[in-house]
Amino acid sequence: MNTLFNFLFASIKAGTPLLFGTTGEIVTEKAGNTNLGVEGMMFMGAFMGFFVACYTDSLVLALLAAFALGVFGALIYAYITVSLRANQVVTGLALTIFGSGLANFFGQLMIANYKAANGGAIPKLSERMSAILSEQPIPLLSQIPVVGKVLFSHNILVYLAVIIAVLCRFYMKRTRFGLDMRAVGENAAAADAAGISVTKVKYINILFGGGICGLGGAYISLIDGGGVWNNNCVSGKGWIAVALVIFAGWKPTMAILGSLIFGAFTVLQFYVSKSVIAIPNAFYTMLPYLITAIVLVVTSMRKSNKVMQPKGCGVNYFRESR
Amino acid sequence: MSRINNKEPLIRVVKKAEISGFSLAILSVVSIVVAFVAGGIFFSMLGINPLSAYAKIFAGAFKGKIAIIATVKIAVPLLITSLGITLAFKMQFWNIGAEGQIIMGAICASYFALFHSDMPHIPLIITMFAAGIIGGGLWGLIPAFFKCKFNTNETLFTLMLNYIALYLIIYFKEGPWRDPSSGGFPKIATFVENARLDKLLGVHIGWVIALVLVAAVYIYLKYTKQGYEISVVGESKNTARYAGMNVDKIVMRTMFLSGAICGIAGMTQATGAAYTLSDGIAGGVGFTAIIVAWLSRLNAVMCIFVTLLLSVLDKGGSVMQSAFSVPTYVSEVLKGIILFVILGFDFFIQYKVVIRREKKS
Repeated sequence: MNTLFNFLFASIKAGTPLLFGTTGEIVTEKAGNTNLGVEGMMFMGAFMGFFVACYTDSLVLALLAAFALGVFGALIYAYITVSLRANQVVTGLALTIFGSGLANFFGQLMIANYKAANGGAIPKLSERMSAILSEQPIPLLSQIPVVGKVLFSHNILVYLAVIIAVLCRFYMKRTRFGLDMRAVGENAAAADAAGISVTKVKYINILFGGGICGLGGAYISLIDGGGVWNNNCVSGKGWIAVALVIFAGWKPTMAILGSLIFGAFTVLQFYVSKSVIAIPNAFYTMLPYLITAIVLVVTSMRKSNKVMQPKGCGVNYFRESR
Repeated sequence: MSRINNKEPLIRVVKKAEISGFSLAILSVVSIVVAFVAGGIFFSMLGINPLSAYAKIFAGAFKGKIAIIATVKIAVPLLITSLGITLAFKMQFWNIGAEGQIIMGAICASYFALFHSDMPHIPLIITMFAAGIIGGGLWGLIPAFFKCKFNTNETLFTLMLNYIALYLIIYFKEGPWRDPSSGGFPKIATFVENARLDKLLGVHIGWVIALVLVAAVYIYLKYTKQGYEISVVGESKNTARYAGMNVDKIVMRTMFLSGAICGIAGMTQATGAAYTLSDGIAGGVGFTAIIVAWLSRLNAVMCIFVTLLLSVLDKGGSVMQSAFSVPTYVSEVLKGIILFVILGFDFFIQYKVVIRREKKS
C-alpha cells in the first residue's frame, strides 16, 4: 500500500511541469495558433527562473521572471505568425531551437561568470530557497488519512499549476474574453465580422500561454534540478505537453488528470517489479504517446466536435483573403 | 456635425498577386543579409566583433579537409530529410514526423547490418537501402492512411509517431539487440566493416545519394504527372477531385515517398556516419529539415544552399568556444535569430504595404 502512495505522489511531482506546459498550449491553441515552441519557451522560463532565484533569492521574482521570458518567447512567435503571417509550424520549431539554445547558452555563461567571481564555486539555490521549494504538508488537510499524504504534501508549485489550470478552464468557459478567444480559434473570419479584434485576442492568449509554459520551465529548473543548473534540463517535456493537449481534449481540467497519467507512466518503471509484469521499460515510456495517437484517431473517427483541435489552428487570418 | 470617416486607413496590407523571379531573388538575399545583421547585433551585445565572429564560423566550417568533411557529414542527413519534407509540404500535408521516419529507416537498415552482415557487400548495401526506404515509407504511410480515412490531424499524429519510433530504438537497445559485450551501459553493437557505407572523397556516399535525390525530387515535382498532382492537391483538394484525381491515392503515395526519403537519411546515418544504431540517430534533424524545406520555398535545389547555411553555422559554431570563450550553444541562438528574421521577412515577399496618398482635389 505504501508503495502505491509513493507512486501516486511521484506521479504528481513528475506530471506538474507537463501540466504547466499543457495549460499554456491549450490557451494558445484555443485562440487558433498551434505553437510548437512550448519546449523553447519552457527552456527560457527554466533558465530565467533559476537565474533570478539564484541572484535575488526571491521565489516570487523568479516566477515572475520565468513568466516574463515565456511571454517574450511567445511574443516573437506571435509577431511572426500573427502580424507577419508566417507558417505556424515552422515558426514554432524555430522558437524551440532559439529557446533551448538561449537557455543553455546563458546557463553556461552564468556558471562561467559565477565560477570566476566565486573561486570556482557553481551557482546554487540558497538553503532558504530550497526550504521554500521543499515539500511541505498543508496543515489539517495533510492529516486526512490516505489522501492527505498523496494530495496535500507537495511543494507549492504543484498547487500553483493546478490553480492555474482551473482558472484557465473558468476563463475559457465562463468569461467574455474566453468566449472571444474560442470564437477566434474556431473561425477567425466570423469573429472578425462580429467585431472581435482577432489580432488582439490572438496576441493576448499566445502571450499568456507562453508565460504559463515559462512557469513550467521554472518548475523543472527549481524543483527537478536539485538546486543547480543543468544544461538541456527540459529534455523533451515541452513536446510531451504538446501531446498532452490532445490527450486532454483541449480542456485544462482534463489536463490535470492527463498530466497525472503521463507523469505516472514516466515513473511507473521504478515502482513495478519486473517479476510482476515483464514489460520492457521502453514500452512504459512509449505508452502515453501510443495512447495519445490512439485517442487522436478515435476522436477523428467519431468526428466529435467537443474534443477536436480548434478549427482555426494552423491557419493565419488575413482579412482580405477569404 | 458628424462626419463619416470613409477614408482608407493610412497603412494597409495587400497581398501581392504575383512576384517575379528577380524580385524574389533580391528579397531573399536582402532577408539573409538582414538576418546576419541581426545575428551580428547579438554578437556585439556579447562584446564580440561580428565580422571576426562570422569569419571564425566560416573558417571553422571550411578550413582544412577535416573541417569540410565534418560540415558535409552534418549536411547529408539534413539535405535528404528536407527533400522528403518538401514532398509532403508541397501537398500541404504537415508532416512533422520526419524524426520518426528517419528512425524507422535506420532501424530496418540496422537489422540487416546486425544480423545479415555475411551477405556480399554490394547486395547487402542495396538491401539495407531498400529496408530504409520501406521502414521510413511505411511509417509515413500510417498518418496518411488515417488522414484519408478519418481526417485525423497529421501534425499531431506524426508528432506522436516520432516518440513511438524513438522508444522502439530504446527497446531494441535495452532488449533484443543489446550488445552482450557492452557491460553495464546498454548499447547496440558497432556494425562490421562489410555493413558500412562506402566512402567517396573522404565522406560516406550519402552525399552522392543526397545530390541524386535533389535532382530526382526536383524533376519529379516539376516535370512529372505525379508531381503536378501533388501541387494540385496542395492548392485545393476539391479542385483535384473535380479534375478526377484520386486524392486519397495521391496523399498516401506521396507520404510513402516522403517517409521513404527520410528513411534513406536514417539508413545513411546509421551505416555511413554512426556505424551503429543509437537513440540519438535522428538527433533533431527531422525538425531542422522542416525549417530547411520551408526556407527553400519547397524547392529541391534551394534546399542545398539552405542546408549548407545551417550546417556551416552548426560546424563553425563549435569553434566559437575556443576562439571567443563563449559557450558552444552560441550557434543555436544565432540559428534561432537568423531563422526568425528570414521567416518574418517572408511577409514582404507575400504582401506589400500600401500607404495612403493624400489626393489633392
